[in-house]
Amino acid sequence: MTQKLVVIGAGMASGRVLEHLFDGGADFDVTLFNAEERGNYNRIMLSPVLSGEKTYEDIVTHDADWYEANNVTCHFGTHVTAIDRQAKTVTSAKGTVAYDKLLIATGSAPFIIPVQGKDLPGVITYRDLDDTNAMIKASKAGGKAVVIGGGLLGLEAAAGLAERGMDVTVLHLMGHLMERQLDEAAGFLLRRDLEKRGITVKCRASTAAILGTDKVEGVLLEDNEGLEADLVVMAVGIRPETRLATDAGLEVARGIEVGAQLQTSDPDIFAVGECVEFDGQLFGLVAPLYDQAMVLANTLMDKPEVFTPKKLSTKLKVTGCDLFSAGDFAAGEGREDIVFRDPARGVYRRLVIEDDVIVGAVMYGDTADGNWFFGLIRDKTDISEMRDTVIFGPAYQGGAPSDPLSAVAALPRDAEICGCNGICKGEIEDAIAAGASDIGALRSQTKASASCGTCTGLVEQVLAVTLGDDFVLPTAQPICSCTEMTHEDVRRMIKSQELKSLPAVWQACDWKTPCGCHVCRPALNYYLLSDWPLDYEDDPQSRFVNERKHANIQKDGTFSVVPRMWGGITTPDELRAIADAADKFSVPTVKITGGQRIDLLGVKNEYLPAIWDDLNKAGMVSGHAYSKGLRTVKTCVGTDHCRFGTQDSTGLGIQLEKALWGSWTPHKLKLAVSGCPRNCAEATCKDIGIVCVDSGYQISIGGAAGMDVRETSLLCQVPTKEEVMDVVKAVTQSYRENAKYLDRIYKWMDKVGLEWIQEQITDLDIRAALVERFDLSQTIYRKDPWAQHVAKPAPYEPLATLTLEAAE
Amino acid sequence: MSNWIDIAALDAVPQRGARLIKTLHGCVAVFRTAGNEVFALDNACPHKNGPLADGIVHGKAVTCPLHNWVIALETGEAQGEEGKVATYPAKVAKGRILLDADFLQQRAVA
Repeated sequence: MTQKLVVIGAGMASGRVLEHLFDGGADFDVTLFNAEERGNYNRIMLSPVLSGEKTYEDIVTHDADWYEANNVTCHFGTHVTAIDRQAKTVTSAKGTVAYDKLLIATGSAPFIIPVQGKDLPGVITYRDLDDTNAMIKASKAGGKAVVIGGGLLGLEAAAGLAERGMDVTVLHLMGHLMERQLDEAAGFLLRRDLEKRGITVKCRASTAAILGTDKVEGVLLEDNEGLEADLVVMAVGIRPETRLATDAGLEVARGIEVGAQLQTSDPDIFAVGECVEFDGQLFGLVAPLYDQAMVLANTLMDKPEVFTPKKLSTKLKVTGCDLFSAGDFAAGEGREDIVFRDPARGVYRRLVIEDDVIVGAVMYGDTADGNWFFGLIRDKTDISEMRDTVIFGPAYQGGAPSDPLSAVAALPRDAEICGCNGICKGEIEDAIAAGASDIGALRSQTKASASCGTCTGLVEQVLAVTLGDDFVLPTAQPICSCTEMTHEDVRRMIKSQELKSLPAVWQACDWKTPCGCHVCRPALNYYLLSDWPLDYEDDPQSRFVNERKHANIQKDGTFSVVPRMWGGITTPDELRAIADAADKFSVPTVKITGGQRIDLLGVKNEYLPAIWDDLNKAGMVSGHAYSKGLRTVKTCVGTDHCRFGTQDSTGLGIQLEKALWGSWTPHKLKLAVSGCPRNCAEATCKDIGIVCVDSGYQISIGGAAGMDVRETSLLCQVPTKEEVMDVVKAVTQSYRENAKYLDRIYKWMDKVGLEWIQEQITDLDIRAALVERFDLSQTIYRKDPWAQHVAKPAPYEPLATLTLEAAE
Repeated sequence: MSNWIDIAALDAVPQRGARLIKTLHGCVAVFRTAGNEVFALDNACPHKNGPLADGIVHGKAVTCPLHNWVIALETGEAQGEEGKVATYPAKVAKGRILLDADFLQQRAVA
């Protein structure tokens, strides 16, 4: 017989219960009440709605068609006012409905701190779509917002409001942000990232009162500091919404008390989600709620199951900052820490160890290995054997370094991949075996990565491992067949292990060949000289011939010689010297290059030092037309001659070229400076392009005009030449430090995102540090290689000249 | 019997590098590996005559600078491609590079 199921509350937990019931073919006639004027949606995704990345429509989990298809009677925007347990009915403004089984899923209510002014218009909480819409509306007028509460919700609200143009201050009672999930160091990094976005953070700030007469005007702190506010968001915490249950006489502690089948003290009434208390515990994360939903659905379908809370890790994305924590990370006697920091990238990892077992982990910035650490905590793995390298994650364990895929391949079937939905690797494998061959299909069939999405990469890796060659994932490729490591892995090793020579890298990274190959050696040589400019000595034998001989090899084994012409400017004397050299060394072809200089093609190897010597004597140096380094800075004539020029583009180009020449970069680096937006120097298809305007200089990056043709993206606009110099040096240095060898700036930008590069450049401290590192490296490398080789010409000369007679 | 002639000091050729010897019949490249072994090969890749002495030396192989063919120094064979470079006897003794003089004569007749 069809039973009547009444559900109070359409949240993430009850939505999941209904799905399981209908999927299981349960025979229920469902009536669904919701106080909000809408059905089930993904509450975790309210933050992207607030920031404008998503709309409400994007986050709906069950739409009107779904309710209709499953015959659910919906009463949205309807508060249930009473439960009559004797009559087995619920009452709302729409009348009385009878039930056989009742499900309470009322969720939680925001905690309001009881201060004066808490009810003023303009004070809102952050819990549902209405709150979100209220914030979006308030932010349209701009002005100042104060967010009370530096936990996840408060910070999401702060970031969203800042994104929408408000001037935001976060007040947090404790000493550092998110103190329940993060330790102090990670809290500091998070704070710094938020401050970079213009959000003010005040810790140890206790709210005394909210001020205002008709509407909110400010916040007063305990220490009598006053803050102006046009909007106050209260996000200090939540408590289970239990009023209906209490009124109905059910047993309620902090939450509605339930047993292991989620039944309340009334056998026909169940409760699920944030409103319940089980075994003294409350539940706020989505993963245990989904577990409850599964157990409850099975209970309703007479398939007894038991809900057991699992140990949880928290992997969160707070406003674009990745963080992860698991276990207990308080310091204590007998506890030891292993800490890894990469301040430049804002990466922090800390493991807390007790008796050779990891008991807690906190990660900030790079959380890719979080699941692996969580597994070590949960399984109480003895880590004494891998203690030296455990902090670097699974890629560095077990002797031979391995790629991330083999780490995923090694996971057992019951390893949890999607924490939100509790999906294990085995379930994903089964779905793949049943035909799911891409991430979309897996999401719809298993729900893996369908909630918060942070495990998407991991799910893709399971796909890649399971499908093998059939799956085309842009996976991390090893550098070459000499190693399993990717470029990124090796760079990380070079920095973290302070590897300062080629043999050190080969040893530490377990190279399979004795001295690499023509693919990896130039890359390693570059990484080493870029990361350790003072310690590492450049190895010419690890360079392609062009960079070893400072000239471009041609198809017949001769070379081309290109002297530098700063900013494309030359003189009659220089031109005469070039003409003389061309005559003297019988240069067959003299050509004007695209970079505004002159190419002498067809010079024999053994003449190179002599022709360079002649050019040196005329005041010219190597143009590095052969290098993965600064090539040219192309300019127009700017204000010197042009009717339209707005700034001295030629002078700036020369200044840039003189500062940057000789530097080595992951791939060639071409610049241009145009004196006005007519852009005669074609700056917007260069790696770094500068377009002068009346008010200053627009600096844009990531252009290309080769195999790919790309227009640059605007990095920033600055008012002075001095700032142009700093920004260009800083972005070049960041590219030098972070890009993969042989990636032009545009490829690097596609990987790290323009936004990340902008953050590096706009933070004046980071910018200054980058400039300083660039200048330091240039003290070593800004030298004319031609002059150096003229002094030691031996490598260009034959080792011996043997005649037939000599042999006889 | 071999007729070894002294060419140059070993240190005149960089480790993982090469230098050229000019003969009347073209250039011979002398390679020195990281392990201080020396090899002498024609300085012309079987693919498009690329100057092998300008390539990157790794293990006992050199990669041609023009199109990245990899040539085994011991045999002169191109790896994974059809093609072979002539090789000549070479050795190191007392810090000096020695080549077999007879190879010049062979080249002369060839």
